[in-house]
Amino acid sequence: MTVFSILWQVLQTLICLLAAPLVTGFVRTIKARLVGRQGPSPLQPYRDLIRLLHKDLVLAENASWLFRIAPYVIFGFTWMAAALVPSFTTNLVLIPAADLITLVAFLGVARFMISLAGLDIGTSFGGLGASREMLIASLAEPAMLMSVFTLALLTGTTAPARIIDYVLAGGVGLQVSMGLTLVSLLLVAIAENGRIPIDNPATHLELTMVHEAMVLEYTGRHLALIEAAAMVRLMLYISLISCIFIPWGISQSGKGFEGILIGLVSYGAKVGTLAAFLAVFETVIAKMRVFRYADFLGGALLLSLLATLVLYVSEAV
Amino acid sequence: MTAQALLAVAVLPFLTMLAMVLHRRENTPSLVHAACFAVSCILGLIGALAVLKGGADHVQLPVGLPWLKAHFRIDGFSGFFLVIINLGAAAASLFGMTYVRHLKHPARVAVAYPMFLAGMNMALMSDDAFSFLVSWEFMSASSWLMVLADHEEEENRKAAFTYLIMALFGTFCLLGAFGILAQAGGGYDFTSMRAAKLDGLQSSLVVLLGLLGAGSKAGLVPLHAWLPLAHPAAPSHVSALMSGVMTKVALYALARLLFDFGPTPAWWWGAIIMVLGGITAVVGILYALMQTDLKRLLAYSTVENVGVVLIGLGVALAFKGEGKTSYAALALAASLYHMLNHSVMKSLLFLGAGAVLASTGERNIEKLGGLIHRMPVTAAAFLVGAAAISALPPLNGFVSEWLILQSLFLGPKIPNWAMKFGSPVVAALLALSAALAAATFVRAFGMVFLGRARSVAAETAHEVSLSMRAVLVFLAGLCALLGIVPVTVTSQLSGVAQNLIKAQLSETIVQGWPWLAPISETRGSYSGTVLVASVVILILGTVAVIKGFGTRNIRRGPAWDCGHKEASPNFQYSASSFAQPLRRVYGATLFSAKEEVDMPMPNETRPALLTLRLIDPVWQGIYQPLANGVANLANRLNRLQTMTVRRHLLMMFLTLLLMLIVAALRRVVP
Repeated sequence: MTVFSILWQVLQTLICLLAAPLVTGFVRTIKARLVGRQGPSPLQPYRDLIRLLHKDLVLAENASWLFRIAPYVIFGFTWMAAALVPSFTTNLVLIPAADLITLVAFLGVARFMISLAGLDIGTSFGGLGASREMLIASLAEPAMLMSVFTLALLTGTTAPARIIDYVLAGGVGLQVSMGLTLVSLLLVAIAENGRIPIDNPATHLELTMVHEAMVLEYTGRHLALIEAAAMVRLMLYISLISCIFIPWGISQSGKGFEGILIGLVSYGAKVGTLAAFLAVFETVIAKMRVFRYADFLGGALLLSLLATLVLYVSEAV
Repeated sequence: MTAQALLAVAVLPFLTMLAMVLHRRENTPSLVHAACFAVSCILGLIGALAVLKGGADHVQLPVGLPWLKAHFRIDGFSGFFLVIINLGAAAASLFGMTYVRHLKHPARVAVAYPMFLAGMNMALMSDDAFSFLVSWEFMSASSWLMVLADHEEEENRKAAFTYLIMALFGTFCLLGAFGILAQAGGGYDFTSMRAAKLDGLQSSLVVLLGLLGAGSKAGLVPLHAWLPLAHPAAPSHVSALMSGVMTKVALYALARLLFDFGPTPAWWWGAIIMVLGGITAVVGILYALMQTDLKRLLAYSTVENVGVVLIGLGVALAFKGEGKTSYAALALAASLYHMLNHSVMKSLLFLGAGAVLASTGERNIEKLGGLIHRMPVTAAAFLVGAAAISALPPLNGFVSEWLILQSLFLGPKIPNWAMKFGSPVVAALLALSAALAAATFVRAFGMVFLGRARSVAAETAHEVSLSMRAVLVFLAGLCALLGIVPVTVTSQLSGVAQNLIKAQLSETIVQGWPWLAPISETRGSYSGTVLVASVVILILGTVAVIKGFGTRNIRRGPAWDCGHKEASPNFQYSASSFAQPLRRVYGATLFSAKEEVDMPMPNETRPALLTLRLIDPVWQGIYQPLANGVANLANRLNRLQTMTVRRHLLMMFLTLLLMLIVAALRRVVP
């Protein structure tokens, strides 16, 4: 543990929070341009969050204490999880505290709380959202853990920083399993972030909504926290995919300020590229019916299982 | 130490006698439970001492079979289970002190309760097959009596009947396993069994019989059918003991057999147990997801957790068979940890369900709701238990499932294809069961405690007595503690596991407080302590920023709900509607779930009807044909009852002849 690892940890924690609205705004702007609209500025999410923070809180009459602490827990756990994914350096003080399984579980805590909050008021929309969210989670979580399993088999570790070290040392090379895992993780990321085709982040008053249905009753600063958590989660998945599959540029421990600078610049480029990909993907694809989620995410699960098996085959050959 | 423990256990039969003699007095049941609490505390402390000290303490009593005597022994392993059992027992007894006042027949429970505790404790201390089986049967019979405590209800009588049959089946299997071991080892005490030399077939038979015997008690699928019937039928604090604690005695027996005095089976037994565990976990939690009875839901979730423990035991066995002992020790320690965790969380959840039952008289989650407003302490404790059992960090359930996953990730290190392909599949099953557990407990907590009250009973509920709340809070605190400082527990556990698998584990599982790194520093590590501290800092920082930023005004208004106004609480999502998407995805094949909607035409006045049919494949496929077969056979054999004396004599003669032939054959063909 050095002073620098603490410093970089603080920097990383702040970046993944402060840059998250920009990424979400960026995706929205590109989507708007792709369909021929002018669209809001990429900075609009910041303004939205600030506006929400200044508003009074309107609580439903029968909201319980759980409803009021849930936004803080959701935000705190999501933020923490994002802070644990190496983005520009692996020299972070908190890195050994959590591996990929723990990251998945941290997002699970946020999901658990948001589903309960959806049920708290006792409206049919809240229940609908919570029920669908749990269906998606029950399919996405195993798929994600299977991807972790494949990575653990390939690299011998479940810690993201070690995976980066291994990939950067040229230990993986071009592997079919790595490709399958990437596809599986992308599908999971789309589902977990409530993006099209699973859910539509822009929808309201529509029977297909999932995430928005659970947070219908939230207002003011609570809503701001929940929206911010969703933005941080998108940032987290983008960082995770880029740090595992395109780790080049990340500063490993022992490199100086120059390495950090390269890390920061390359991280920005990676996030921008992936966000642009997401916007294009969302524009060209249509929303899916609820009961076809199982095919979509079951596909992700089977892909990641296949990745493990392909690994054995390539080992045997 | 063993002598003191036996002395403490000896108090329990006197409590039963006391309960019988004074059964008319109103406060006897509470008194008996209080005394049981004291005894459990003492026994738990003795267990903890045994874990800390290590080593074994043997005592021989001049009772039992004349040529065998009764052997008792406490070592680190049984000490650890004494802690698990008596932790649960102490909590249940303290809870029971006031809970029995809500029961219809408290005196019946008070009679059987001390014997139940005595049976479980003796089973852990036994060091010979005879005392073990006698204690085991005491445990079964006394819990059976408590399942029957409310025997006026038809359902409970049926549950007790099924339980009795399965308990007998389990003991029968264990008897067979002990018989084979005793014949090879030359004695019924475990010390001689340890020295037994078995060939491949014999050792496989011992493992199979042990798995069936202990598995039927623990709830291994497909032997689980009695468990969700019997556990909820007993009074809630006894349900907590049966589900949280008695299943651990069964798993203790299995682990003892597999890792201590039994044969060392081939690695593929490990693979079989691992796969069975994975199937048990997923099937158990899928059943739980479909239940509307809160206590039955919890019982099915026990089936899931037994599956998780079996995964760990199976992996440990496979590693042991392959000679990778340090990995085996890791997997064993992980499953031991999960047993401890499950007993704490399941006791908490069952006692929480008991509190709900005591205050509303309702077990059906479709008729509850909104209890968080009227029972805030119970709700908070239940929430902690629900999160812990859903394997959410930083609580205890997560740590043990994380360790089990980590040991599964090592599975492909065994150089054979069954483990290589099996461990990823089982890991997927484990992940699936954890995700489904979260769905189950979101549903359970949400329907019981959140939303609006769905019945008058839920609307007029009130918080339970102080001692009951104290137990719930204590167990919830324990869930948090076991999760936040896991290294303290694992360092003790590694000692326990080390005794069974002669391998050094301490250097691999503990990388210095507070980092939990099971294999090596680079393979992945976890620190609950650091994470909790960081999350707390982040959340407090957020609160501080928000406080300085916006307004603090709060207005209360009616729920917005997209502009709908839902007048009746029946508009809410119900437990069945919550489960519907999951039922369609998972239940269609497994339970052949069928939904039929009968929607009246616009001019009709009859209500719309949704019929839901779930078919339990285990009952349909195994139990029903078996029961029919037995009934058929019994009908045929009925004829033998009404024979003449002459024919009876003929039968006896034929039997004698048959036995003589067998004896002669044995002499000719050795």
